[in-house]
Amino acid sequence: MSSNVNFYDPGADSALEELEEGTGAARTGLGRNGTSRRAFIKGIIAAGATVSAGFMLHGLAGCTREVPVRGAVERLISLNVNGTVRRVDVLPQETLAMTLRYKLGLTGTKLGCDRSECGACTVLLDDVTTYACSTLTHTVRKSQITTIEGLQAANGDLHPVQQAFIDELGPQCGFCTPGQIMSTIALLKSSPRPTREEAQMALSGNLCRCGAYDHYLNSVMRAAGEA
Amino acid sequence: MSEVKDYKYIGQRTIRPDGFDKVTGRANFGADLTLPGMLWARVKRSPYAHARIIDIDTSKAEALAGVMAVATAADFPAIASETLQMGETSADIRDLARNNLALEKVLYHGHAVAAVAAVSQTIADQAVELIEVEYAELTPVMDVLEAIKDDAPILHDDLFTAGLAETPETPSNIAMRMELKKGDIDAGFAEADVIVEREYQTPTVHQGYIEPHACTVRYDEDGQSMIWCCTQGHFDVRASTAKILNMELSKIKVIASEIGGGFGGKTTIYLEPVALVLSKKSGRPVKLVMNREEVFRASGPGSATRSWIKVGARKDGTITAMQGILHYEAGAFKGSPMAPGVMCVFTPYDVANVHIEGFDVVVNKPKVAAYRAPGAPQAEFAAESAINELADKLDMDPIELRLKNAAKEGTQAIYGPKFKAIGLVECLEAAKNSAHYKSPLGKNQGRSIAAGFWFNAGMSSSVVINMNPDGTVVVVEGSPDIGGSRASMAMMAAEELGIAVEKIKPIIADTDGVGLNSTTGGSRTTFATGMAIIEAAQDVVKQMKERAAAVWNVTLDQVDWVDGVAVNTADEARLSAAEICAAAGSTGGPISARASLTARGAGPSFAVHVADVEVDPDTGKVDVIRYTAIQDAGKAIHPGYVEGQYQGGAAQGIGWALNEEYIYDENGVLENAGYLDYRIPLASDLPMIETVIVEVPNPFHPYGVRGVGESSIIPPLAAVSSAVSNAIGVRMSELPCSPPRVLKAIQSRDN
Repeated sequence: MSSNVNFYDPGADSALEELEEGTGAARTGLGRNGTSRRAFIKGIIAAGATVSAGFMLHGLAGCTREVPVRGAVERLISLNVNGTVRRVDVLPQETLAMTLRYKLGLTGTKLGCDRSECGACTVLLDDVTTYACSTLTHTVRKSQITTIEGLQAANGDLHPVQQAFIDELGPQCGFCTPGQIMSTIALLKSSPRPTREEAQMALSGNLCRCGAYDHYLNSVMRAAGEA
Repeated sequence: MSEVKDYKYIGQRTIRPDGFDKVTGRANFGADLTLPGMLWARVKRSPYAHARIIDIDTSKAEALAGVMAVATAADFPAIASETLQMGETSADIRDLARNNLALEKVLYHGHAVAAVAAVSQTIADQAVELIEVEYAELTPVMDVLEAIKDDAPILHDDLFTAGLAETPETPSNIAMRMELKKGDIDAGFAEADVIVEREYQTPTVHQGYIEPHACTVRYDEDGQSMIWCCTQGHFDVRASTAKILNMELSKIKVIASEIGGGFGGKTTIYLEPVALVLSKKSGRPVKLVMNREEVFRASGPGSATRSWIKVGARKDGTITAMQGILHYEAGAFKGSPMAPGVMCVFTPYDVANVHIEGFDVVVNKPKVAAYRAPGAPQAEFAAESAINELADKLDMDPIELRLKNAAKEGTQAIYGPKFKAIGLVECLEAAKNSAHYKSPLGKNQGRSIAAGFWFNAGMSSSVVINMNPDGTVVVVEGSPDIGGSRASMAMMAAEELGIAVEKIKPIIADTDGVGLNSTTGGSRTTFATGMAIIEAAQDVVKQMKERAAAVWNVTLDQVDWVDGVAVNTADEARLSAAEICAAAGSTGGPISARASLTARGAGPSFAVHVADVEVDPDTGKVDVIRYTAIQDAGKAIHPGYVEGQYQGGAAQGIGWALNEEYIYDENGVLENAGYLDYRIPLASDLPMIETVIVEVPNPFHPYGVRGVGESSIIPPLAAVSSAVSNAIGVRMSELPCSPPRVLKAIQSRDN
């Protein structure tokens, strides 16, 4: 995959000035004394330090460029995603949803509208629900980002909210489910014993066209009893 | 066939096999597949609702660095008009090609005219802007009643009205006229003491699935190709793509991703042939995903309709005549669901004199697609509203009026069959006896009911059941699972095999991996694919008994099959499924069975809904405050998901009744192409939707199953709007009952 990653843009040097301190392979490859930054980035990618190596369902192929685009220089930044620091190269105008889905392989964050209307892309920034489709990635470098993939315990056990969504037959098609679960987790963090009406309001930023709201609300109420 | 049985798995609320994937983000949907070297594509769309294409210049786009391929309709081979069955509706393949990429004319704002594949989405987006299209603008026609006028702008010079006694010589926007009649309609009205007559209107609405259309495709050098896409029917994607690109079916493998809602809207194609052309030209895999605005502007919505309904009854409530004229908008190409509308509109009632005319009319809107019981909600909204008005005029309870005229076993349906056992009366009785219907109402509140009828479909299914050596089971099916059907498939296999449902793994194979399956549509999957699974599972049981008989050296009739274990009736010796499967290699080979069938006897499912609303007299805003959905499931395989279908259809129907409509400007440009302005119900908009599962077994199914996915969207339109009528004292005959319309009705009443 690394052969697809090329940086031709003469502006790349200035773009990389914002390069943050890396760790491990990143720091080792950091050539402040004139070492080719292109080689450096290729090195990190080859080492798997910046992006997921998976290429089938969550590859980086689509987001890499073979030619420059004006005003679209990628910058390497660090993101704290699901408790892990991930190094990732992002465009200045890139949304968190695109970064998560197509650079970090976290496709559980869905895009339903890409304009803050449906909530399928809901993630948590420091435990607060946020639409990842309308958040620029470079603005969340200081935040703890939690996605649907980051909820399970270290041993793989499901989060009680995830388990409740299974047990109460929450999803119908399942597309909006990650967003519904993220909103539920945020709700239960701020209000561990919500009423059904409070849960209704908390999920109102997450559209479900299957109309599975009753099942989802049952799931929330079960999780509230168990989480 | 459907005697009352004790079931072990059927009727339980089993956890779905794909539950874990759905709550962890692991489930892979249409846009989730990325391939090495993959290009990103974007479609260039028409800025006009109606125009002739003079020229398309793609040279600047092609010259942009990073652009790897550009496609226009010129890349599609010329194909002749041919009808292809797609789901429960059909499409003309030539029209479908032109809907995927416009040829000669653009017929709606957002109509695809070209597409680009580039190394990034950004470049593809830029390249689309560089494609120069020269148009000669034409006047759009946006309303069905305008489109049928003699002097209306004509969309297609080669469209001549079908269904007339003589084929006309001049082209028309009316694609087809259809008529059904029985008895003597004039004599029927002459017998009536009371007659109601009114015009009704429903808007263009969208299925609103949250997942946009998406595909990732790869055209290989040897002519083999792969399509990964979100669809209700991957075999129909294969069939239609192959027709449009003049390819052999065996050259295309379609993999159905998980599907984020469809409701009929994902029974057709928009992207796949375009992406495949781009892949062929570039030699690279291509991903093509619609954005939300494109979904609203350019994927098939549900038909807008204009109807006229007249119903007459005697003083005792006996309906003597029902008459209707139904106009359906097809959008840019012929093929609205007018015919099912005509066949459904009065079918809940056993009436001697009936006359229905229907018209399929093209207008400059996106070509409509199926939407849950396609055609029925619009028609039955009008008919059920008329029945409610009639009940008022007769001073009769609307349930009693319906009970007096309800279709039942033996009733001759106007569209053909004589009904076997059906559950309309049982649903009406359940409504009448519900606590909801007997509860009091407050100020500014209203209540009403409506019934709904949908045929349900059977169509073709193929399955394979493979027994693993450890006694676990793989059920290979080909019906995309849109609402939990894998759970019901596993349950039916478990029931027949006597093997625990947790040991059964249902998978949805790609088009190369299993025999042909019709689209998941027409509420057919649990019914028809379930029948194939039952048949294959019975074959597996037979084979396992044969193996046990061989091991024991006894005749087959000495072997019983009890809870997944072969029992020798002579000496009580036992062999479990796992033991039989482990030894299968030495007793005749691996155990596997297949079934392919075209299911007949899909029992209709009737629904009755009760709606309570409260109207804010100052703003016209309507809140649904209590709602009950009652429907005949025949036999509910998975009651939890059956209820989910009832609630889901009700939620969509409530949206249709109260909020949802396409709003166009004078140039035919959609003004509300987003969820903010096309507002679908939120969690906070709806009350808990109460459900009642009525079970009148379908005599044609081993368990008595009826499809349940669609009927539930039919009653809400009339139930909710009639409840509003009752709350404000003005008949609401135009949907949606949005605040401005309701406020206007209140003001007209007060003036």
